Amino acid sequence: MTPAMKSLRGSAAIVGVATFGCGEAHGFTDMEILARAAHAAVADAGLTMRDIDGLCTASVLSTMWPLPVIEYLGLNPTFVDGTMLGGSSFIAHLMPAMLALQAGQCNAVLVCYGSTQRTSTTGGRGQVAAARRAMDPQPYETPYEPLQPLSAYALAASRHMAQYGTTRRHLAEVAVAARRWAQLNPEAFERGPLAIDDVLASRMVSDPLSVRDCCLVTDGAGAFVLVRGDRAKHLPQAPIHVLGTAAAAWHRQISSMPDLTVTAASQSGRLAFEMAGLQPKDVDVLELYDAFTINTLLFLEDLGFCTKGEAGPFVEGGAIGPGGRLPVNTNGGGLSCVHPGMYGIFALIEAVRQLRGQGGERQVAGARIALAHGNGGTLSSQATAILGVAETL
Amino acid sequence: MSTATQGAQAQHQAALNAGRFQIQHCGACARHVYFPRELCPHCGATALQFVDPAGSGEVYATTSVRRKAEAGGDYNVCMVTLDEGVQLMGRVEGLAAADVRVGLRVKAVVQQIDGRGVVVFNAEVAA
Repeated sequence: MTPAMKSLRGSAAIVGVATFGCGEAHGFTDMEILARAAHAAVADAGLTMRDIDGLCTASVLSTMWPLPVIEYLGLNPTFVDGTMLGGSSFIAHLMPAMLALQAGQCNAVLVCYGSTQRTSTTGGRGQVAAARRAMDPQPYETPYEPLQPLSAYALAASRHMAQYGTTRRHLAEVAVAARRWAQLNPEAFERGPLAIDDVLASRMVSDPLSVRDCCLVTDGAGAFVLVRGDRAKHLPQAPIHVLGTAAAAWHRQISSMPDLTVTAASQSGRLAFEMAGLQPKDVDVLELYDAFTINTLLFLEDLGFCTKGEAGPFVEGGAIGPGGRLPVNTNGGGLSCVHPGMYGIFALIEAVRQLRGQGGERQVAGARIALAHGNGGTLSSQATAILGVAETL
Repeated sequence: MSTATQGAQAQHQAALNAGRFQIQHCGACARHVYFPRELCPHCGATALQFVDPAGSGEVYATTSVRRKAEAGGDYNVCMVTLDEGVQLMGRVEGLAAADVRVGLRVKAVVQQIDGRGVVVFNAEVAA
């Protein structure tokens, strides 16, 4: 890593965050809940929409999504990044935004997302899937009718189980830990009781993943505001600095992933830790993109919190739930809190809330350094951010 | 450099439609490539030639997609590593979906579905 890259450590801070419409946002469009979240994040930062001169956003439906967002919000940004890497996008947007802020291309970047996939009445999910097959074909996978993205993660889980002895019970530990965190989070969508045996007895969808191994399908919008660190000091919220961040993408189709047990998080994580000058043991709280239970296991390994193949035993006995040895997915994650199609921005927002001490009942006491990790596609793109309070600079 | 008048994808599909499964071999770095491309993803060369693989390989990962019996029942989706070193998605025929295991030795066959050739696999019978 070059000295110039390392010098970006802490150079930008997240000064405003907000969510809106998480769960069900009946009667709202994607854009409307995005706008509500954007406005609330900007207000949280002590700024107004007129202060926003940088925009990062992505949508799974609209190929030119930054344009309608610019139009709707009345922005005139000097920096725009619409890079679409799937659910990791909003964490992957951090580095280009930091570079633009450092270069003076802009002064306040709004990163925002909204999706009403759960309650939307415009076109069913089946219609969307059919349109995607036509516009963005995958001729080497579609003939076999995998349930995508679910079957891709099921294949990865099957390989991890065969290679390392990981069990369905290990996967169930992940789902139960997420639910126990969700029970402490009033914003979480699924807060009912869930035991290991409930997960094991739930309906199988694509072996070895059952319906309880899969994320929710909810609505939700999230937004955050990023400014240069020096400016952050003069804004109302305690600044949460980006100490290290990196993205990595190795493929698109699961059938092109060379080793289903090793994701590109092993690259994005290494680079993010290198930039931050930190190690996994320094991290107080983790927010990992848990579209499926296997994700959490893969990312614990690839980000260096345990050795490869050991994540199953690592999560046993409620180890990543409330009161466990390592707090993971403290909002309830995509499994139990919110998952509107792309979850990454919610992982980052929860990391910021924890570092601000705004976690309420689920607050991790004394959290100073957090890791937020985003995943996109079928384990295809990975983006890691290591965040810290001002004293970690 | 190939003088083909159509892209690698169409050539590959035309071969499948004629009952022949092909992968690519790179004349520059000597590695096999799948799915078919115009450039070698390993070395960037355009020296890719279609070759006939032995067709034998091993199930690398597998899932049984659950489906109601009236819709056709559960079906297998798997990833197979061919002995040439390339990986591809497929399904194993002739076994119950739940009986397909990681490590199973398989052999590729081309099935014609709605006039299009598709690569599927049969469990390899011990010699």
